[in-house]
Amino acid sequence: MRRSAHVLLLGLLIAAPLSARAGIVVGSKNFEESRLLGEVFAQLIEARTGLPVERRLGLAGTQICFEALRTGAIDVYPEYTGTGLVSILGEKSTGGRAAALARVRAEFLHRFDLRWLAPLGFENSFEIAVPKELAEKEKLRTLSDLARIAPRLKVGFGQEFVGRVDGLPGLEKTYGLHFGSVRSLEHAIKYGAAGAREIDALDVYTTDARLIEHRLVVLEDDRDFFPPYEAAALVRGETLRKHPEVGSALGLLAGAFDEERMRALNFRLEHGEREEVVARDVLASLGLVASRTGAKPEQTAKGKAPERAGFFAYLVQERQALLRRTLEHLGLSGLALLLGVLVAVPFGLLLERRRRFAEPAIRLLGITQTVPSLALLAFMLPLLGIGARPAIVALWIYSLFPIVRNTYSGVRDADPRAVEAALALGMTEWQVLRQVRLPLALPIVLAGIRTAAVLTVGTATLAAFVGAGGLGEPIVTGLQLADNRRILSGALPAALLAIAVDALLGALERALRPRGL
Amino acid sequence: MPTALAVERVVKIYPEGTRALDDVSFTVAAGETVALVGESGSGKTTLLRLFNRRLEPTSGRVVVAGEDVAGVDPIALRRRLGYVPQDGGLLPHWTVGKNVETVPRLLGWEAQRRLDRVRELLDLVGLPGATFAGRYPNELSGGQRQRVAFARALAADPPILLLDEPFGALDALTRRELHLQFAEWTAALGKAAVLVTHDLAEAFRLAARTGVLRGGRLLQIGPAEELERRPADPYVEALLDLALSRRSANA
Repeated sequence: MRRSAHVLLLGLLIAAPLSARAGIVVGSKNFEESRLLGEVFAQLIEARTGLPVERRLGLAGTQICFEALRTGAIDVYPEYTGTGLVSILGEKSTGGRAAALARVRAEFLHRFDLRWLAPLGFENSFEIAVPKELAEKEKLRTLSDLARIAPRLKVGFGQEFVGRVDGLPGLEKTYGLHFGSVRSLEHAIKYGAAGAREIDALDVYTTDARLIEHRLVVLEDDRDFFPPYEAAALVRGETLRKHPEVGSALGLLAGAFDEERMRALNFRLEHGEREEVVARDVLASLGLVASRTGAKPEQTAKGKAPERAGFFAYLVQERQALLRRTLEHLGLSGLALLLGVLVAVPFGLLLERRRRFAEPAIRLLGITQTVPSLALLAFMLPLLGIGARPAIVALWIYSLFPIVRNTYSGVRDADPRAVEAALALGMTEWQVLRQVRLPLALPIVLAGIRTAAVLTVGTATLAAFVGAGGLGEPIVTGLQLADNRRILSGALPAALLAIAVDALLGALERALRPRGL
Repeated sequence: MPTALAVERVVKIYPEGTRALDDVSFTVAAGETVALVGESGSGKTTLLRLFNRRLEPTSGRVVVAGEDVAGVDPIALRRRLGYVPQDGGLLPHWTVGKNVETVPRLLGWEAQRRLDRVRELLDLVGLPGATFAGRYPNELSGGQRQRVAFARALAADPPILLLDEPFGALDALTRRELHLQFAEWTAALGKAAVLVTHDLAEAFRLAARTGVLRGGRLLQIGPAEELERRPADPYVEALLDLALSRRSANA
């Protein structure tokens, strides 16, 4: 009876966000240009259609964005034609921009009912860059030149580039490249690594503002390996049929950008400006939304990149955002833990009644602890989409093992003499469980919950991968921007939170420990 | 004298094949204390557990207060039988008072009646309630814990006590002291009791009759003098020799 009530509750909590979805959901990938374009889409739709817009910016990579769009978890996100062609459709790049666009338009419409709107006007291709000194020393101009000395080189590429067909595997095939060693690095870390000559080559984007800063030279793709990567809004057909005004609004952005403008915008983002501010400036300068301040659009708010203030000044400056992130973080992990307790404690008790299944069941549950969080999220994507739901479910799964294990062993090992005496005096099994086994097991069950709580709070940073917020958000963004302050502003509160939760539950454990034990 | 307990041709074979009890029969009269003596594995504890249906016999009858226990609800049955295990078996998270009132609470007695009963029993076993009712078992000595266990067994005034080596874990002095008190309580309260022990001297001191078990068989049952005069089995004889030599060594 109680157990079915728990299942029902769980079902409701998971299902609730599904029905709650109203308005337009805008997604983006987890790098600054994509986030900015997502924000631009969002503000434009808000301004021009009056529809409520929900933002799911910073989703972890093409796979998650595309699946989220296909399954309807989001309505629109910025994508690049070459990525669509090679990574999603798995085709080879043939012909130029127009051919690539025509191909993805036809195929996406036919296969997924997804529409590529008119391109935004700039290309952001993958390119390979090397430090200037190396290029001069080795006389490198093209990728064919690079192939010649590749076996002597240590290179660092973004994780996605290493895996993509239109990334390293294709590049190696086309140019017969074989690098001495390949390291997979977080995008923003690569630049510093190249600057320090830890790596000799890296993948970059056309619109990257960091090329000059880090004294990097882009090599020419002399065999036309990289497909054209025109940026455009990729939208669900269903969304456009239901809200045609979304299509007309986003259509206003056709050709509105060029590489130079994008590079300038990326520069502002890399130097710590918020995407909301930059997006508002862009739309104002394009005359697409009214400029609120009346000042010259591109110079509103912070015209020039803000100074990199000290860490504590940064924390103070960001305190409201951090407070919100902390609350999100606590909400996600708290809900996951609550669901974990509701399911795992009864399950542990059930296993104690069916001991034959206990060890195999617990061992099986133990495997969940070894599944990397990103893999877990990827598995759940088709079922749960993105946002808080998959994050909570993933955290919930992680929380089960310690609680089930401790509940089972705590109740099983409860002082057998006390249990036997209770039975011999005429307690029912239920009374023995309630009055003897559970109280005696309580300290151990609580210790399991405490372990699960610390684990959940510590792991909740994964929520950022699927756009569910939390303190992982500044960590992920900070990694992309190679901004240690930002990383710390998420990592430090997350660690403190875990310590605080541990201490709190430790005190609770002591307070609830039955006297006499 | 009416019969308090009886087993008739009881056989107990455990699922894995061990024959723990082999055709055992005996009775306990109301108010009588019968001791069951044997080494571990002899079947004495198995036999005890048949009376409160913590175990079911493979064949044969177990009778409590004139009723075949097979037809009695085991929970109700257990609440009518006092029980004292070797180590007291007190619930460590409950106070002495709460431990003692376990069965009255299960039976639904009112709070005031339970409270009075707890005080009465703690006085009986020599642990004044004012001092001891609020203590936890881990604040007591081994002998005190065992006294509480007796008080708990007597709480609902059951006519029959099942005692599973209740003095086994105590030091010699404490055991001697509790032996004397036990004899007083059972005599004063008129309880029938089955006392499981591995100590023949203890059995002779406390029980009217003693049964000797070995390998699941009841070799002999009778008063001490009868066992001493006419041991029915070489094992009984050996056991007697051992107990007598120990007695003389102690003297």
